[in-house]
Amino acid sequence: MNEIKHHLTDALLMGYSAGTLPEGFNLVVATHISMCDECRARMYEFDTVGGAVMDAEAPANVSDESLAATLEMIAADQDAGHEDIAPRPARTGLFPSPLQDYVGGDLDAVKWRKVGGGVRQALLKTDASASVRLLHIPAGTAVPDHGHRGTELTLVLQGAFKDEEDRFGAGDIEVATEELDHQPVAEDGLDCICLAATDAPLRFNSWIPRIAQPFLRI
Amino acid sequence: MLTDTSTLAETDPHTSRAGQLATELLKDGAPPAGIVGKVDVAATQKPDRMAWVEELFAVRDAKDQQAFAAIFGHFAPRVKAFLMKSGASPDLAEEVAQEVMATLWRKAHLFDPAKASVSTWIFTIARNRRIDILRKQRRPEPEDLPWGPEAEPDQEDVLALQQESKQLAEALAALPDKQKDLIVRAYYGDLTHSEIAEQTGLPLGTIKSRIRLALERLRHQMK
Repeated sequence: MNEIKHHLTDALLMGYSAGTLPEGFNLVVATHISMCDECRARMYEFDTVGGAVMDAEAPANVSDESLAATLEMIAADQDAGHEDIAPRPARTGLFPSPLQDYVGGDLDAVKWRKVGGGVRQALLKTDASASVRLLHIPAGTAVPDHGHRGTELTLVLQGAFKDEEDRFGAGDIEVATEELDHQPVAEDGLDCICLAATDAPLRFNSWIPRIAQPFLRI
Repeated sequence: MLTDTSTLAETDPHTSRAGQLATELLKDGAPPAGIVGKVDVAATQKPDRMAWVEELFAVRDAKDQQAFAAIFGHFAPRVKAFLMKSGASPDLAEEVAQEVMATLWRKAHLFDPAKASVSTWIFTIARNRRIDILRKQRRPEPEDLPWGPEAEPDQEDVLALQQESKQLAEALAALPDKQKDLIVRAYYGDLTHSEIAEQTGLPLGTIKSRIRLALERLRHQMK
């Protein structure tokens, strides 16, 4: 894998660790961390902060029967033979395993839909707090110029794109806020495959894409 | 001390297993379950840098209920407090705290002391249950590292990690109140930075910069 240059922000990692992000953002964060050892190490840092916050908490009163009830739960569970939970095997294929869990397989399992200009997308099912989709952008093709009302995360899985900000290659994540109007263009070479999530609908800047927006369902 | 469930199966099947487990526990000289909720905070603080690792290994290797009771006594009231501050009712928080502690027992073999302190690990279990139950979301997790958890992690790595976790907790405790308060709120859960802004009346930009300062200070302390 080429070197990852664009990483998760502290705010995203902290939100992921605290568990306050929309599900769709969690998916993008978990997928990036699967590809990026640096952000994995930072995630452990933020989890450690969370552990310290919880440990410093003034303890609540726990009822007298609580320990016995927990031991009962454990005994019942062992009866059911649930005690062994194996770690997940390492993945094969292009998609890291959290993404495979949502797709139901690797790249060949994606149900693409054409959205015009050669671009294809597949919406992934998450709760309504954010929408998340896979994008397939043929090499050399542009995605319509758009701005955002909320935050948009775009993680490159294969190939690369360039926009007004920089070049983003495999493993790189772009965190675009409301201020950014950008027009990503896939580089020549491999087709570009991205995982993108937004917590508000995109706002396209030219007339035709705005009409198309209900059909794109983004 | 019971080492497996087959010991239980030889006794009267009509007796509640939890009752038996609790009886065994008392016989072995552990504190009665009744004091768990009123446990002295200072007495459960672990000053040593390998806090709770030994107890967790005793649960993993010997299904040691006394060790489990000690972990429970320290963490169950804190997990419950954490969940209540995230918006759970006291009853739900206690039920979930019990589930979290049962998960600790079941998954003890997955605990990696070179990767996390016991408090960090319990926090991640509690957080995931909170997302599942209170937010009704799935929780996508990063894939495991290809080399997986090591059977015998390097003792120096373990010591270093446990030591760093302790340092981080001390650095957090030493933060100025305003910065610490925002970090703590951010981890309680159902509060976004914007919601913290509404609650505290501080502008969003101030909150973000205070959290950033707090994180910088924590990182500086860790160098």
